[in-house]
Amino acid sequence: MNITMTLNGKKISADIDADMLLIDFVRDHGCYSVKRGCETSNCGLCTVFLDEKPVLSCSVLAARADGRTVTTLEGLQEEAAEFGAFIADQGAEQCGFCNPGFIMNALALFREKEYPDEDEIKEYLAGNLCRCSGYEGQLRGIQAFLEWKKEKNGKEAAEA
Amino acid sequence: MKYVNKPVRKKDAMQLVTGKPVYMDDIAPKDCLIVKLLRSPHANAIVTSINKIAAMKVDGIEAIYTWEDIPQDGRRYTQAGQTYPEMSPYDRLIMDRHVRYVGDVVAIVAGRDEKCVDKALKLIKVQYEVLEPVLDFHTAKDNKILVHPEDNWESLVPVGADNKRNLCAHDETGSGDIEEVLKNSDVIIDHVYHTKACQQTMMETFRTFCTIDTYGRLNVVSSTQIVFHCRRILANALHIPKSMIRVSKPRIGGGFGAKQTSISEVYPAYVTWMTKKPSKIIFTREESMTASTPRHEMEVHVRLGASKDGIVNGIDMYTLSNTGAYGEHGPTTVGLSGHKSIPLYGKAKAFRFVSDVVYTNVMSAGAYRGYGATQGLFAVESAVNELAAKLHMDPFELRMKNIVKEGDVMPAYYGQVNTSCALDRCLERVKKMIDWDNKYPVRDMGNGKVRAVGMGMAMQGSGITSVDVGSATIKVNDDGFYTLAIGAADMGTGCDTILAQIAAEVLDCSIDEITVFGADTDTSPYDSGSYASSTTYVTGKAVEQCALKVREQICKLGAELLKCPESEVVFDGKFVKREDSKEIQVSLTDIATASQCGNNIALEATVTNSSPLSPPPFMVGAAEVEVDLETGEAKVIDYAAAVDCGTPVNPNLARVQAEGGILQGIGMALTENITYNKKGKLAENSLMQYKIPTRIDIGHIRVEFESSYEDAGPFGAKSIGEVVINTPLPAVSDAIFNATGTRFYELPITPEKIAMAAAEREREQD
Repeated sequence: MNITMTLNGKKISADIDADMLLIDFVRDHGCYSVKRGCETSNCGLCTVFLDEKPVLSCSVLAARADGRTVTTLEGLQEEAAEFGAFIADQGAEQCGFCNPGFIMNALALFREKEYPDEDEIKEYLAGNLCRCSGYEGQLRGIQAFLEWKKEKNGKEAAEA
Repeated sequence: MKYVNKPVRKKDAMQLVTGKPVYMDDIAPKDCLIVKLLRSPHANAIVTSINKIAAMKVDGIEAIYTWEDIPQDGRRYTQAGQTYPEMSPYDRLIMDRHVRYVGDVVAIVAGRDEKCVDKALKLIKVQYEVLEPVLDFHTAKDNKILVHPEDNWESLVPVGADNKRNLCAHDETGSGDIEEVLKNSDVIIDHVYHTKACQQTMMETFRTFCTIDTYGRLNVVSSTQIVFHCRRILANALHIPKSMIRVSKPRIGGGFGAKQTSISEVYPAYVTWMTKKPSKIIFTREESMTASTPRHEMEVHVRLGASKDGIVNGIDMYTLSNTGAYGEHGPTTVGLSGHKSIPLYGKAKAFRFVSDVVYTNVMSAGAYRGYGATQGLFAVESAVNELAAKLHMDPFELRMKNIVKEGDVMPAYYGQVNTSCALDRCLERVKKMIDWDNKYPVRDMGNGKVRAVGMGMAMQGSGITSVDVGSATIKVNDDGFYTLAIGAADMGTGCDTILAQIAAEVLDCSIDEITVFGADTDTSPYDSGSYASSTTYVTGKAVEQCALKVREQICKLGAELLKCPESEVVFDGKFVKREDSKEIQVSLTDIATASQCGNNIALEATVTNSSPLSPPPFMVGAAEVEVDLETGEAKVIDYAAAVDCGTPVNPNLARVQAEGGILQGIGMALTENITYNKKGKLAENSLMQYKIPTRIDIGHIRVEFESSYEDAGPFGAKSIGEVVINTPLPAVSDAIFNATGTRFYELPITPEKIAMAAAEREREQD
């Protein structure tokens, strides 16, 4: 079957098998940030945005994305670098394999709520597993990022 | 120090957080044959026939290999990544007619894409003669059913192995008269502590791709911690010369010891070698959970004798370890259960440590962070906590009376001297951090929940004494930037960065001026690999010495350019200057440029290092656990730890190592379980059933450093990677005892167990 979607801002069209998963589709189209960590929708590594909402691309058929917009970390490089730098400053990226899914979902959280508190952060990101960091460094990184953003926004508001 | 003991960002951090394609499956050629494995549904069986005719007809299938393609009388091999001659027995063939656990490989299928391979896997017809398996590791030794009855089974090193007794290893060691010491002790703690075959569960599963290179050699790119051992393992498995194999690693998505064994490499290597076509294998999570090498299940029997004032007089330990169907890391892990737990108690007058490692028909065990010490420390530290409770003594106070001190000889630690130790300071620090005096033992929160605290100590090693080898090559390039080549594997731990920090410290340059390359058997200097907590201490020292040597080379060429003897110049990182007149100088850039024109002095050095010592890092951890007495739910709401890893080369990375290791230990204590059914099939085969902690399962983890200074280490450093997993097991377990009054001797301590124990107690009271 033929599907058309906007992948990271670019309109693409492709012939696919009806049972193709979105994760395999985006990887076939060069979006290698999207990782597979399980077969049971437990790990969160394959998180992408489907029409701006985070989904597990291992649990979505590529056909479901027909006519819709899909965004991976490849399409959010500036945001990823801006936020990711705070994770890097903690050394909490570690092996890095869970980072793309975790960062996609964190960016989704910040879009839903600009300044989430600790419980909201933990709750929202509970489905993003990480075996290296123990999550504590990720939390410190997120909180440092939010502090920085608050300060930056405060300054911009004052200047305006 | 300018660069050591500084929290610099990992050199690859920004590539990783922006999701760049740096892992094996991101860089594998697109035309790779897809390799998948048909696995045995039986725990013990002989393959009587395999019919692959229909499967071979599937469009796109390239090859199907079975035991019939593998000489069954050929020399066997081990998949364990260890220095040759390996302690692990040679008990594997690529495929064996005799399958020994549910998951053992029956056929290798290679084809154009996943679809055709999946289809072919279903069409292979296999008939088995099903044999009775050995599933209970208590009955394995001298059982009439043999896991490895074959005559070409081989043990290279005298470790007490005997395949005709299902024995992978046996050892007995000790010092002093333990029976006499126990007899004269006022109190004896005597229990068996049981830990399960927990999974490393790194986020990237096992995976490898292979190609044939320009010279007709097998080029293996794998997610591995051990490129050099892997080359030998593949040569042994395929029976081809090592010179025909090159192994390298890209970024690794976590290892924790899992990738110290060549789990996935053999299969695509065989396919590519036979077909001369590129191929790749990617283990599913289910395969990673059911056909890999997790932690050794152990039962540790401790008899601990103490005086009534709380002095530990002696420890008698018997460890029974289950190596499963194959012996990977079997003879070595078990040793740590005694040798890295008993030495914590410096006043003991005697110890005895006996161990058996047995074969059974379950998945093979292997290397997992902590490597036996984790199991032994759960036992010894739990026994000491029980001793404290029995004597109505504070567990911290009891430890203070007993701990090994700097300068002590440690009879149970191979007789080595404790060269650097801040265990006493770690104890004091953690006691304050967790507010022990106000929280011990338990507080009723008034809502059906109680909060209790518990603690434990730990040690590990820093590399394997006089075995592990670390090397570094440093080269000066144009403009004076450096290339540091290593054979150690950064698996996310950040060793590329911390080794660059060590080099930068010596070379007086920024770490941006050091490019790190590793690891590749063709071009890296020899390194045993990243395991046994060796990289910082063993390879780090090689880097330090190598950088000193390169400084000498720079001075040598600089002196030649300045036309003066080498002894009269100094190097400040940017310029080589004449000592007598500092204005006469030549820049590193000019020296580097001169090195590439009419030059005979190599601006390059390689240094290899092995250590006669393995200085232990030490650690103390305390857990505050909230227990819901109604449901049995237990959650660690706060974990405080102090680590003595010598100088933390990068405090950020050391801290995250500790936090990550602690949470793995908490998972082992509370949720991570492994169970088999009566036919030997593993139940916890996915992340749904095998429950690793999520971020809502933990309150906070707080880590601080109490550093000693290890003279033999680079800038005073010891190891950090493994010691950090050990304390949560006894600490969480003792907190649950303080909360509920029930002591658990088997992990994990699930809500069901806590609730059942509470119900049991109520029944008894009625």
